Amino acid sequence: MSFKNSVIWLYFSSPKNFYPLAGKMIPWFGALAAVFTIIGLYISFVLAPSVLSDQKEYYVIIFIHVPAAWMSMFIYIIMSMYAFIALVWNIKMSEMMATALAPTGAMFTFLALWTGALWGRPSWGAYWVWDARLTSELILLFLYIGFMSLQSAIDDPRRAARASGLLAIVGVINIPIIYFSVRWWNTLHQGFSVQPAQTQQLMDPSIKWGMLALAIAFWMYTIAIVLMRVRTIILERERQTSWVQELVGGKT
Amino acid sequence: MSDIAEFFYFSGYAWFVWGSYGVTAAFMIAEIILVIRGKKSMMNRLARMARLNNSTNE
Repeated sequence: MSFKNSVIWLYFSSPKNFYPLAGKMIPWFGALAAVFTIIGLYISFVLAPSVLSDQKEYYVIIFIHVPAAWMSMFIYIIMSMYAFIALVWNIKMSEMMATALAPTGAMFTFLALWTGALWGRPSWGAYWVWDARLTSELILLFLYIGFMSLQSAIDDPRRAARASGLLAIVGVINIPIIYFSVRWWNTLHQGFSVQPAQTQQLMDPSIKWGMLALAIAFWMYTIAIVLMRVRTIILERERQTSWVQELVGGKT
Repeated sequence: MSDIAEFFYFSGYAWFVWGSYGVTAAFMIAEIILVIRGKKSMMNRLARMARLNNSTNE
């Protein structure tokens, strides 16, 4: 990394400097989320074929199920990376980012399970089965919940961040298990949704574009909402500093 | 059946399809509202604390 880049990173790793930057970024990512949601829904409901091989009309659930499942795993990886950075280099801003990511990650994990149940019922005949893919995704939800409850159980924010960060890092092992579960075990859940070569031609390209557009929409949404949440966390954790005092009580 | 009714009926799969899309939308909208409210109440709380500090210092 060049000297100039390191200076920029150092500058924005300070909560005081990151707070206004985050505030400026939120409307942009929010707008992008809205645009990609409209594009994604248009592709899903208008352009994409109404049935997919043996799957009938209900297959449109794919357009939120797959992006939500991707997000549940992506967010977990990003969260544990922040937790790792916070543990190793003791960077407060990283701790706060990990904390801010967890609720949104848990939400997408729940939505992946929920939409999966509503898709499983018409296609497999059951809302839930103890299949490797489903079970490991459920464990992911418990990891998010464990991370959040550990943080709220420990009063000292630094100690809370260390304990929950360790949990997040150990839990990363579950991500490849979720992802490869459909290959390692003989599961009821279908294989990779976006897969290399052979079987790819079977799927209409509009289906892939629809999933991609809604995945981008979820990403942009996540960035916007996490930046909003981290600003509240910054205010709380930095409430004793003069810049926060000035911000909240500037008028007196 | 009109086009709109047919669209919502979804060949009989309405519960599965709208149950998925509806809950997803509801969660995302609820999250936005919760986060905005949380920020506001944090600002108010800190402002109150600042006022209290100011008045005791004077």
